[in-house]
Amino acid sequence: MKVTLSHIHKRFGAVHANNDISINVEGGTIFGLLGENGAGKSTLMKVLSGFFAADSGEIKLNDQVVSLSSPADALEKGIGMLHQDPLDVPPMRLLENFMMGVRGFLQPRRTAESSFRELCQAFDFDLDPHAFVHDLSVGERQQLEIVRLLWLGVETLILDEPTTGISAPQKEKLFATLHQLAADGKSIIFVSHKLEDVEVLCSEVAVLRQGVLVGQQNAPIDPAGLVKMMFVQEVNLEERLNVDLGSTFLQVQDATMSDLRLKMEGVTLDVKAGEVIGLAGLEGSGQQLLMQACAGLHRIDKGAIVVGGQTLSGRPYQEWLNAGVAFMPADRMAEGLVPGLSIAEHHVLTRYRRDQEQDKKTIDWPLFRKHSQEKITEFNIKGFVDSTVESLSGGNQQRALLSLLPKKLRLLIMEHPTRGLDIESVLYIWGKLLKRRQDGTAIIFSSADLDEVFQYSDRIVVCFGGQITAVLNTSETSVEQLGYLIAGKQPPADLREENV
Amino acid sequence: MEELLAIFSITALSSVLAFSAPLIFAALGETWSERAGVINLSVEGTMMMGALTGFAAAKVTESLVIGFVAAMAVGAAMSAIVAFGSITLDRDQVAIGFVLALLGVELSSFLGTPFVRIPGVAVRPLPIPILADIPILGPLFFDQDIVTYLSFILIVFTWFWFYRTQAGLVLRGIGERPEAAFARGVNVIRLRYIYTLIGGAMIGFGGAAFSLHVILGWSYRHTANFGWIALAIVIFGGWHPYRVAMGAYLFGLIRAAATGLQSAIPGVPVQVFPLLPFPLMILTLIIFNSDSLERLKLYLPTRVQRSLTSFLRSTPPAGLGKHFEQD
Amino acid sequence: MKRSFSPVAVGVAPVLLALLVTSLIIIIAGAQPLEVFLAIINGSFGTAIKISDTFVVWVSLAICSAGLLVTFRAGQWNIGVEGQIVLGAIGAVWATRLFEGGAPALVISTMLLLGMIAGALWGVLVGLLKIYGGVNEIFGGLGLNFVATSMTIYLISGPWKPEGTSSVSASKLLPNEIWLPTLEGLRVSPVSIVLALIVIVLVFLALRGTIWGLELKAVGQNDRSAFVLGVPTQRILLSAYTVCGICAGLVGAILVAGVRHQLVVNISAGYGFFSILIVLLSGFTAVWSPLIAFFFAALGIGGTALRLGLDLDSSLSGVLQGVLVVSFELVQGIRQKWFGGDN
Repeated sequence: MKVTLSHIHKRFGAVHANNDISINVEGGTIFGLLGENGAGKSTLMKVLSGFFAADSGEIKLNDQVVSLSSPADALEKGIGMLHQDPLDVPPMRLLENFMMGVRGFLQPRRTAESSFRELCQAFDFDLDPHAFVHDLSVGERQQLEIVRLLWLGVETLILDEPTTGISAPQKEKLFATLHQLAADGKSIIFVSHKLEDVEVLCSEVAVLRQGVLVGQQNAPIDPAGLVKMMFVQEVNLEERLNVDLGSTFLQVQDATMSDLRLKMEGVTLDVKAGEVIGLAGLEGSGQQLLMQACAGLHRIDKGAIVVGGQTLSGRPYQEWLNAGVAFMPADRMAEGLVPGLSIAEHHVLTRYRRDQEQDKKTIDWPLFRKHSQEKITEFNIKGFVDSTVESLSGGNQQRALLSLLPKKLRLLIMEHPTRGLDIESVLYIWGKLLKRRQDGTAIIFSSADLDEVFQYSDRIVVCFGGQITAVLNTSETSVEQLGYLIAGKQPPADLREENV
Repeated sequence: MEELLAIFSITALSSVLAFSAPLIFAALGETWSERAGVINLSVEGTMMMGALTGFAAAKVTESLVIGFVAAMAVGAAMSAIVAFGSITLDRDQVAIGFVLALLGVELSSFLGTPFVRIPGVAVRPLPIPILADIPILGPLFFDQDIVTYLSFILIVFTWFWFYRTQAGLVLRGIGERPEAAFARGVNVIRLRYIYTLIGGAMIGFGGAAFSLHVILGWSYRHTANFGWIALAIVIFGGWHPYRVAMGAYLFGLIRAAATGLQSAIPGVPVQVFPLLPFPLMILTLIIFNSDSLERLKLYLPTRVQRSLTSFLRSTPPAGLGKHFEQD
Repeated sequence: MKRSFSPVAVGVAPVLLALLVTSLIIIIAGAQPLEVFLAIINGSFGTAIKISDTFVVWVSLAICSAGLLVTFRAGQWNIGVEGQIVLGAIGAVWATRLFEGGAPALVISTMLLLGMIAGALWGVLVGLLKIYGGVNEIFGGLGLNFVATSMTIYLISGPWKPEGTSSVSASKLLPNEIWLPTLEGLRVSPVSIVLALIVIVLVFLALRGTIWGLELKAVGQNDRSAFVLGVPTQRILLSAYTVCGICAGLVGAILVAGVRHQLVVNISAGYGFFSILIVLLSGFTAVWSPLIAFFFAALGIGGTALRLGLDLDSSLSGVLQGVLVVSFELVQGIRQKWFGGDN
């Protein structure tokens, strides 16, 4: 089925998530949609699959203009979406998931099971219809969704970041499946931020950046060109302050850490006082796990983490705080700020208990309102002492979090410190952070913005697929080189020679 | 000891089945509602109102059918308040359900004054010819009244609906992961309303079954504590119709055994036994929440493990009590 | 722009709605609404004795709702509060058996103290079940309520059975000396009112002006963020249950020492549950809940007059209270959903 999107606009409040985007996907092809997180890919695909209505623009299927009012409506017209976190029901069996939502009174167990087995056989999937979904890996859950959507007669299949969190053999199988489907005449839209996947899979690629379509390429794909479209703005290497680094403050020693999706083994990293480490890598490559472990919020399975000479791995979080470790999360309202509490209340909360600046049990409100007002002025927060944190804008929430950091700060760990913030806030926040570093605070941060990584870090740690694949000195590295490493590839020889 | 064994006689067991019928209706009604993702905490008050309405309506109209229908209507009406408050208005489900639980109790006491301890109608025994003469099974399952038969049917029907129909798949889907059901074209909000009302009607029916079938008539706080116990049985039963039914029968058995147990364990007063389900529920939750059972399960063959999975679950439906907005 | 209600309308609308619904119920029961409401008012404020009785009930409701404010602040539905009251009563009676014949002042203080300790332990148990057993506090609390009732039944029909009677409804009546002293000719004890005022003020100050109160709020709003910011969330949760248990236990002890003077089966008389309604209706505020508690107490006492005067059941006051809270919840919800108001 041929899918044409023309002049799609979609806004969420002040954010223009899709700004006049037009693409055309021919039947029987695999179309890649590339871009960093927040570029607008998912929004565009949710418009196409009926989850959102576009503010303006037109959708054509086989040259017929259609309107898609709901996911069910889109499904009926042959568009199915495989979500990054598959939309299935984990406590139910595969077959039950497969049949759910199909019209009828009794469960069509016999017919469904034989169709299920046939489809699985056709794609060489090893799925047991009577197993429970919660026992499956993400890759297997994707396979289940694929056969389910095909059974429902989907002609256009959208896959949102399907290679995140699945194993290499599963990925190979997925790609084989997609080629097979394209050969059958289905149109596939493959949404990803992974260059190497798009390169081997797609016959056509479009790149989105900040809601705008910035370029398109046909196969054969030129990865370097795509990296430029995705990332490169003017890399503006300002004069970097030279700071004398202190002695080693954080040591990660041969640590193993794991969560549901990822296992990192043999992680070793030393960070000196006053040093800034930028973590670069695609979302879900292990940066988050590594940072949570270094902040004392995730217990490691093996190895040790030594902070300021003390082995803290396995110790309660309170001891990490006492050692001068602080964490600033990407999801500010979920694990950084407490909705319903005012800015002043946040200051009280952190000053009394965490920083133990006073061991009183009662709160001197006038004093703290004054103190809080000083912080609001100092950090230029657009809000009042009594403003609840959820009423602040993202940039001001981040400034508020920053203003909560203790005076005695030895190690600061930040996930995406400037994601979604305006330029002014970004510059302001980094100004504050660099001052901290001059006082000897070590900083570890992750970012999807390569400029930011280059601008501020002394060393860049590259994560790929749960491994630290490179530790680079920023001054000896180029943006192109890093682009390749992030995508899990070795940079071409000429690039390496230039910079060594 | 003899008294203790006496409860296992056929007549005694048969009366346990009859006695447990109201709890079956109430606990399964709550199961329907919670499976769809709505906690209806008002069971205590809804049962009480159902018992009063059922008895009063049947008494005034001299029609048992009208009595039961009226009780179901009251039950559905009370659950409609829970549904409107939580699904549409996004208020705290627990708060509204809890207030209605207290309100139902008080309201039934107030409105029930004229009906206290007066004779009325009752469901009559209805032995099924031929089948009732089968040894053992006959007296247990075919020499009962219509309410008990309906309770049997409801247990099997609930299982059938949940696990064998397409609608049942969707019902479980909206309770476990409404987003997934929505993506499959389901109107989550409408279905949650429907199932909450159906569940509420069943709870009301359970109340009427109490006053028209088990302990006849109406008295001050006639069904006291039965609603809370029904809630505990739903958890004890792991939201699975058969296990919930087992919980209700276990409770009936304990209650029937109380006199026997008292002579076996002297010093423990009779009134204590009806309260046992709660400590049992807490114990069950602790055992099921620790992973000891999971580890035991690993020694069984995969097929058996799987068929036990839905029967032995201890976690509530994942979407229970969570608000869902469909755009 | 969405229209918004004025604050007055927010307060008045639920009351009007509740009066309307209750009037309808009264008419269904075959009585005159106006006559009934007048009887309630008269029944709670008509004489000095009635006013003093209202204060007797108020003490229990006020202390209990103060305790519940603490658990609600931490985001917890402490339905186990009924059982915590019962344990307080058991603790108080136990104290009288331990110090039988002791100096009255000593015995009475021990009663209050043991009551508070027993209530606190019962409260902490709910928290422990939640944190370590994975048992939701609502069901853990309900379960422990039933266990507490069972304990009462066991005690008064077993070890604490009064000698020479076959009654199983109450333990031995306590000697006069260890009753909380009351005002001449009235049932209200000034000591209990003073205790209630102390508890209310302490809870108000603790929630408003202490770091602990703020930490409770943080845990109740988002325990993950609170933890990351350095709040020891589990300890805070347990402390909330401890404090609420202490309050409920104190209520139980006062009920024994100042009201019933013996252990009876339903000694908590639903005060715990009604205190939950009070806190809901107060919008979880420490200023409003003692006032609403007074209103509820007056309704409760006024309700008892109905049976004598109008031959109606006293539960009408409970009906009015329940309808009021339901109306409040619904009006709030409607206002937020369709009129764009915030809390």
